[in-house]
Amino acid sequence: MSHFFTAAVLTATVAAGVQLATPFLLAALGETVGQRSGVVNLGVDGIMLLGAFGAYYVAAKTGSLVMAAAVGLGIGLVMGLVTAFVSVTLKAEQGISGIGVFLFGLGLTDVLLLKLFPSPVTIPALPAVRIPLLYRIPGLGKMFFTQNWLVYLAFLLVPVVTFVLNRTTYGMKIRAVGENPAAADTVGVSVARIRYSAVIFGSAMAGLAGATLLLLIGIFQEDLTNSEGFIAVALVYFGAWRPLGVMAGSLLYGLVAAVVVTWKTLGIIPTSASDLASMAPAVLTVLVLLSVARRYRQPAALGRPYQRGG
Amino acid sequence: MRRLRSVRIPQGLGLASRRDLLLSWFALPAAAILSVLLGTVLMLAFGANPVTGYHALLTGAFAGTYALTSTAVKAVPLLLVGAGICIAFRANMLNIGGEGQIAMGGLAATATALAVPGLPTAVLLPMVLLAGAIGGGIWGAIPGAFKAYFNVNEILSTIMLNLVAVQFMNYLLSGPMVARSGYAVGGLIPQTQLLSGHSWLPILIAGTQLHLGVLIAVLLAVAVYVLLWHTSLGFRIRAVGLSREASRYAGMPVRSTMTLAMTLAGALSGIAGAMLVMGSISHRMVTDGTLTGFTGNAGYNGIVVALFAGLNPLWTILTSFLFAGLLVGGTSMQVVTGVPSDLVTAFNGLVVVLVVSVEYLRRRSRARARAAGTPGPDAHGVTESAGEGVPA
Repeated sequence: MSHFFTAAVLTATVAAGVQLATPFLLAALGETVGQRSGVVNLGVDGIMLLGAFGAYYVAAKTGSLVMAAAVGLGIGLVMGLVTAFVSVTLKAEQGISGIGVFLFGLGLTDVLLLKLFPSPVTIPALPAVRIPLLYRIPGLGKMFFTQNWLVYLAFLLVPVVTFVLNRTTYGMKIRAVGENPAAADTVGVSVARIRYSAVIFGSAMAGLAGATLLLLIGIFQEDLTNSEGFIAVALVYFGAWRPLGVMAGSLLYGLVAAVVVTWKTLGIIPTSASDLASMAPAVLTVLVLLSVARRYRQPAALGRPYQRGG
Repeated sequence: MRRLRSVRIPQGLGLASRRDLLLSWFALPAAAILSVLLGTVLMLAFGANPVTGYHALLTGAFAGTYALTSTAVKAVPLLLVGAGICIAFRANMLNIGGEGQIAMGGLAATATALAVPGLPTAVLLPMVLLAGAIGGGIWGAIPGAFKAYFNVNEILSTIMLNLVAVQFMNYLLSGPMVARSGYAVGGLIPQTQLLSGHSWLPILIAGTQLHLGVLIAVLLAVAVYVLLWHTSLGFRIRAVGLSREASRYAGMPVRSTMTLAMTLAGALSGIAGAMLVMGSISHRMVTDGTLTGFTGNAGYNGIVVALFAGLNPLWTILTSFLFAGLLVGGTSMQVVTGVPSDLVTAFNGLVVVLVVSVEYLRRRSRARARAAGTPGPDAHGVTESAGEGVPA
């Protein structure tokens, strides 16, 4: 323990935790918007995998990390269109179709990895951008203000999404179709159009989250996400469908992951128990779901396709 | 929203009305054809000849005794998981935890075989399978009870329990249950010792891998059919799946029924896990660090076969065999065309999306029938039984 509680190790662990929280945050913020409109997208994990692979391919071929992130986002957009078509237009059972998207992403990225990358390529890390003045703050500067631009983007999205959801007409429409689509329809809001846009935004964020994860790890491997996309969906419940709550949950997960890694490295967790320690995020998720399930009310129309006159 | 008439219980496929039957016969092959087309596109994208690819796939899966028996053995976990999914989904419990339930079943069965290796086959084999059922059953009961009593989203909790199960498996197989003899570069191989011969599933046809598990799995699928459509418990499971509210008004124990449905689904997956160990060539439990390495994705593919069978366990016997053919043939396809067999996983994902999407066609035709004043046939399909959406 003694090695853990030193300023350098603690600072590095928190900084790593903030980084690890970023993919969760992006994916969960997107899912929050989608769910507020009444659509559950359980394909997040598959979309993250596809976005991550797209980013990997582009980064390996062009060397441009910005382009890689953009491609991840773009793949997310396309998958969002498909997801919205299946969930909104075809009114499919969202829980199951999402699992289909997950399997599709999992299988396809494996195939592509084997076909396109006979030997692994490592992607350089995104450079850290120091926020002027703030980065000089002892401790905090290293933890929060010496990160890459994707981290800043994700955390900036928290107030933006909050504002859009709560203070704009568009946000009000999203909430309306998520709570009472029939009423929204009556006053002339296009339920389908609002849900399409919300789902596509959410999916694009999932694609970007995948790209972010890839740039964080630096290499694509089979099942890169290891169910992080599903945890991101759980974080929406944890955050009670509010961006700030989702951010708190993401930070918690990022920190737990970072602490587990640090403790393994320092030998605080013995090798024999390393598998058991890796259970932490999943066990935490179940406990979190258990504790929040009864406390918060979800959007009333969540998971229910809207049928006029139905 | 839900009106009382929805409580009417859908009949088994044999009794479903003709229109419903016709549509379901149209919708699923349509999904299948679309999937084949998409598979063709994917193969072309990889520069492979789709005709050669599909030919290799079909002959690898179904041509000759060896291919057929391999496919039948591969179908066992799919069928067991699929039959369990029929129960769970009919109860509107979206169990995505097959992978973890298989692993826990396999571990419980293996632990039993390690603990009492000396018992005669007639005792040990049933005990091992029962242990598998208990291990998987517990892993299904936990998310089931969480959903029923605390309203925890079962999709998320089952996926998380999959993640817990894989770490638990890796821990046990590299620690407490590891064979002290299997050295490799970097330490012990994460596997158990060779299990007692009394726990092995007997081979039915010499020279093949066809084992007793195939028969047991088919019998269990029939048993699930009988349970769902010829017992009061099955009636309760389906009623709860259609409308929890109405079932509650009718005085049914809704929460315990939900939990029980998940327990049964988990138990069937657990038996699949036991059979994966006891019917394997190596006759020991091995991990490569991933769940897929042990389950071969059966926890997910079981969902695919059950959906494709319209959540009817008898049809699941057929669909599990066909999809097992896809998996076995996928390996042949890889050898001939160089297209990685993981393509089958992607393909299965497409099938899931397509199957739940074509459900809409069926519902729309029902709605039309209602509007025309004729009593529309009730669905026995996926989306209807899961009509309450995905509550937290």
